[in-house]
Amino acid sequence: MSTNHRTLSFSLAINEALMQMMGSDETIFLIGQGVKSPWYVGNTARGLLEKFGPERVIDTPVSENAVTGAAVGAAISGMRPVVVHPRIDFMVYALDPIINEAANWHYMFGGAVSVPVVIWGIINRGGDQGAQHSQALHAIFAHIPGLKVVMPSTPYDAKGLMISAIKDDNPVIFIDDRWLYGVEGSVPKEVYSVPLGKGIIRRKGANVTLISISYMMVEAAKASLELEKEGIDVELIDLRTIKPLDEELLLESVKKTGRLVIVDGGWKTCGVAAEISAVVAEKGFAYLKSPIKRVVLPDVPAPASAVLEKGYYKTSEDIIRVVRETVRGRGRET
Amino acid sequence: MDYSKQFLKKLYRTMLRIRDCEESLVEPMIKGDIRCPVHLYSGQEAIAAGVCAALKEEDYIFGNHRSHGHYLAKGGAMPELVAEIYGKTTGCSKGRGGSMHLTAPSQGMLGSVPIVAGTISLAVGAALGSKIKKEKRVTASFFGDGAVGEGVLYESLNFAALQRLPIIFICENNFYSTHLPINECRPKNNIYKIGSPFCVASYRVDGNDVLKVYEAAKEVTTLCRKGIGPAFIEFITYRLRGHVGPDDNIQGTHTDIRAEEEIERWKKKDPIKRFERFLRRNNVLAKGEMDTIKRATKEEVADAHIFAQNSSYPKDGELTAYVYKS
Repeated sequence: MSTNHRTLSFSLAINEALMQMMGSDETIFLIGQGVKSPWYVGNTARGLLEKFGPERVIDTPVSENAVTGAAVGAAISGMRPVVVHPRIDFMVYALDPIINEAANWHYMFGGAVSVPVVIWGIINRGGDQGAQHSQALHAIFAHIPGLKVVMPSTPYDAKGLMISAIKDDNPVIFIDDRWLYGVEGSVPKEVYSVPLGKGIIRRKGANVTLISISYMMVEAAKASLELEKEGIDVELIDLRTIKPLDEELLLESVKKTGRLVIVDGGWKTCGVAAEISAVVAEKGFAYLKSPIKRVVLPDVPAPASAVLEKGYYKTSEDIIRVVRETVRGRGRET
Repeated sequence: MDYSKQFLKKLYRTMLRIRDCEESLVEPMIKGDIRCPVHLYSGQEAIAAGVCAALKEEDYIFGNHRSHGHYLAKGGAMPELVAEIYGKTTGCSKGRGGSMHLTAPSQGMLGSVPIVAGTISLAVGAALGSKIKKEKRVTASFFGDGAVGEGVLYESLNFAALQRLPIIFICENNFYSTHLPINECRPKNNIYKIGSPFCVASYRVDGNDVLKVYEAAKEVTTLCRKGIGPAFIEFITYRLRGHVGPDDNIQGTHTDIRAEEEIERWKKKDPIKRFERFLRRNNVLAKGEMDTIKRATKEEVADAHIFAQNSSYPKDGELTAYVYKS
């Protein structure tokens, strides 16, 4: 690791990745709604328009389908676009170019052409915004063969994974969470990569494996500290990439701890936590001393009212309760 | 007449190659040697031939489910096309695509897919890439009248116009969206007008007259190269075969619902026969020369089938190859 670190916010770490990569390769461009507006994309696009001009920093009308398709088509023709959706809910309009085209392209043409596009969706939860401004839809994309899906939780990984996503020859879905944008962390100044498909152990522990991603890592880390005070030694894993899954890392950890709690900001049914549970049940069943538990969103659309939101979003308190139950063997239901 | 003999001969040859290749697929389809859905281009050859004659090798095209003609006209190799339709590993998509997924990137044929209107926005993106790189390259997007029902076309027209992209939107109106006649898809058969609200120069051209197709395409590609794009052309045409398979709406069902008289009427406007009459009337090609071209084409098609039949299928263990580029 470099000594050339300084503290940077999560959003400025992304900004630096874009700035450095666009500066090094003229085929990279940024396209999407609001790239001219901090109101839309935070300060992730700060200074890009001034430096690279409107040809390579393209603010667009509200046309997610065509604009995402254009990014995919540009990638097919040899460019390396980054297309941003400031609210991932709107990215649903772009499922055709993402799923039918980008994900399948390399396979269905027998490897003749690859699609080096980054499709970046920002989760914007909470704040009484309700069902269509708050969804975490990453599991949909993880389901699709041909896509890679990354979800950083730290400024270091935000920069490193954005760089890796841009450099990768495959379509990469980069999903981050607006709740992370203010998080500060140490970030090297130079260009570096965080490998796609590799998780990381954030905290070594012996009693229980706690797996999380994206913003829920913040809650999981908080929970781990609290649990330590009670004598529960948590091994905390940040998946960073949800497709392809770093199976080796999580199985190794479960082998050691014998217990697994998965924390995800998405819904329960067919979610990332369900997939991890299946992998561990298939390949690591013999290691388990207690049932796998999930701390995830209920199968309910996001509510608007703050009172309902409080029950909807999971926090470190929910994680602490479930980990306690798992380790102490109390309760079979979360 | 301003065209060289060589140019006219090439146009004729391109159309004939497409027609003969298409018709050669009928028997293997009926016999079951070809299993994938095949949407024959017979009757629409003048559009692929005329448009691609106006394009340069480095220009890009994107196609649709009915794109054998686009692939061949842009320079895609016939043996790889036929092998792909047979599902062989020597196919242009190594047997992973079949008839509906064709590609010849070295010839600028960037891909055809059967999601209706699915490649229109991709073509916009290729044109955007050319603009960013300040190339003089033009992209042509081929789609049918059915695609006009998809919203992404309108988003694409608007965005391409906003960005002044070097792209030609080419609608091949054969009056049927699968089984559904155009008067049941649109209140008025006026597709060429859809570009106007987006300030996209729009034209309606006889798509069964290869020289008219070429002239229209030439005019708009020249404008696109000067930075005056995009353009929209509706070509009026007719498919002589069914939607899929030889004469079907669903392959193998013999369910072409079009009136026999209508099909007969359009057979008289067959673009290849029309061009042959033109070539003879203007003494461009003598009968002997035409026969020579016909013989060579038949031979090329037969060779393509032999190549395909002698090729191997992908192996069992290769199922997961190409999911990702490593």
